[in-house]
Amino acid sequence: MKPILEIKNISKKYKLRGQESPYLTFRDALTSGFKKKQSKDEFWALQDISFDVYPGESIGIIGRNGAGKSTLLKILSRITPPTKGEIIARGRIASLLEVGTGFHAELSGRENIFLNGSILGLTKQEIKSKFDEIVDFSGVEKFLDTPLKHYSSGMQLRLAFAVAAHLEPEILIIDEVLAVGDAEFQKKCLTKMGEVTSEGRTVLFVSHNMGAVKNLCPKSVLLNEGKIILEGKTNKVVESYLQSNSIIKDIKDRKDRKGSGEIIIESIQLQDLNQKIVDSVFLGQSFQIVFNYKVKRNIDNLDFFTFGFSLKTDMGVPLFLHHNRINSVEFRISEIASKSSFTIKIFDFPINKGLYSIDYSLLHNKIHFIDHLENAFILEVLDGKIYNNINNPPTSHGFYLINASWSLK
Amino acid sequence: MSTNIEYVIKPQKGISLNLKEIWAYKELFYFFTWRDIKVKYKQTFIGFLWAILQPFLTMVIFSVFFGKLLNVPSDGIPYPIFAYSGLIIWNVFASGLTSSANSMVSNANIIKKIYFPRLIIPMSSILVSAFDFLMAFTVFIGLMIYYKVAITFQLLIFVPASLILTIITVFGLGSLLASMNVKYRDFRYIIPFMVQALLFLTPVIYPVSIITYPWAKYLIAVNPMSGAVNLMRGAITHNYPDSLLLGISVISAIILFFAGLLYFKKTEAYFADIA
Repeated sequence: MKPILEIKNISKKYKLRGQESPYLTFRDALTSGFKKKQSKDEFWALQDISFDVYPGESIGIIGRNGAGKSTLLKILSRITPPTKGEIIARGRIASLLEVGTGFHAELSGRENIFLNGSILGLTKQEIKSKFDEIVDFSGVEKFLDTPLKHYSSGMQLRLAFAVAAHLEPEILIIDEVLAVGDAEFQKKCLTKMGEVTSEGRTVLFVSHNMGAVKNLCPKSVLLNEGKIILEGKTNKVVESYLQSNSIIKDIKDRKDRKGSGEIIIESIQLQDLNQKIVDSVFLGQSFQIVFNYKVKRNIDNLDFFTFGFSLKTDMGVPLFLHHNRINSVEFRISEIASKSSFTIKIFDFPINKGLYSIDYSLLHNKIHFIDHLENAFILEVLDGKIYNNINNPPTSHGFYLINASWSLK
Repeated sequence: MSTNIEYVIKPQKGISLNLKEIWAYKELFYFFTWRDIKVKYKQTFIGFLWAILQPFLTMVIFSVFFGKLLNVPSDGIPYPIFAYSGLIIWNVFASGLTSSANSMVSNANIIKKIYFPRLIIPMSSILVSAFDFLMAFTVFIGLMIYYKVAITFQLLIFVPASLILTIITVFGLGSLLASMNVKYRDFRYIIPFMVQALLFLTPVIYPVSIITYPWAKYLIAVNPMSGAVNLMRGAITHNYPDSLLLGISVISAIILFFAGLLYFKKTEAYFADIA
């Protein structure tokens, strides 16, 4: 059997421009016309990517933000051409890079189904024949003739996914669609995707939700800095991804951070209360997380610092947030300049075993981001002793463990 | 399900028009045009009537100021219909150019996420303007009846010829500006001035006959829209426009057409990266 997708030595180069000018101005072109062409900073988003996909396979594409996953999908869906290499495709490719593409707020739900369907590659005939199914799946039939701008964001999303779920390309590309929506709808989507994969459709699935990747894709590819570092059974690839992520606590080179950048968190460490570095923590344990920072630029005119982090499940559900103002601790400029880390002590950690992700934020004046990074760190929690529990319920029954006792009265 | 599709994704080299592909995407082309027409008049009380009212009101203003107060000559036909004939075809150019030049930027969110032949986008915005023309044209016929201008078979030659010349021009200039606009947003500000300046270089308000410098009328003819306006006027004056002047306009339109098309095709692959 011939592969349905042959990806051969794909590389993609981007030219980097300063943050101040996201697009060129005419003046730049006019003035640079007189100057010698300077070699701009180049950045290889993908380097020499090769793999084959056979009909009916579902492949997960895993990697940190900035690893090149989205670039690969963009090339596959022909939105941007590769710089080198080629891909031979033997079937229609449809991508759900973001559901709801082309939705127009002024048009009604009905009109948007047709417009969106057509943009995603369905023919008018196909949309007509699937119309009822789409409406049914979306659950917005009452509002079909209402302009989309009056829909809630949840309704818009449901409608968008309903259209997308009824595409029937030979190769379906899915990127992060599950990051949004309520839990019930996410479940519906996962079920639908399960159906799609079991129908023998070829699926490329990009997600940060390791559970979903494991469920849907037997095989996975792990990308890092534009290169394939591992390809094979999903269980192994996911394991290796999570491990590498918790070992690499150095986040100096992360490119996906946001904020003005006067202060940058360079690494994150997990320590027990005796300052011994650990790589995971136990349920019920007390420990500390150390966010090592470096002052990059003058911070004299910044004031009122807030540093905090939140813990999320692998589905992106936030579990808690903590920052220094919650128990009114002040971080003063003079102190920040002479110290080197934000450290939080956590006592009797009540979160069940599993893998959790940490987002942190450093702000000044409550609203201005200095540094912010999502999925900065993966926290691994192992089963442990908490309260007077003899055993702990599994994580599927809840993330929190509470201190309680039973009696007959 | 068709499993015999096979295609190759590789770095872009050279330019190919790929008309077959555009044909394959004709439904999307239709949907984009349909969307733009729908959205244009959504949430307006009189809806499509705006397509008629806009040129009509402009005509009234022009007739009062240029026709009555300034006594601009109009080649012996009533000034209102003289101005209206120029205005409706000018509007195809003006609104077609403005919307097609901005079309790639305003549809950037779709361009960044879905593949389709990019040319569909400026093409459909031009079609929206052509649709407005058809609406406004009904009033044109009304005016001809009102001013007792004979409606002859020439209408069937001059009007489509004028419209085609305009569409070729708008397409060329529009796709050129659309792709430049993706790269240099300066054009967003340049375009309104360009349209305004060109209005004065096109015999919409005045007849070509008032230009007395012998060379100036050739210069004006380089602007393809002057050819298009003269063709529209031909439908009321029943005179064939000067063929040399018309020839210059047509050649200039064709040059614009290919220049725009080639530049667009050359740059389209990277729209998603820089839009």
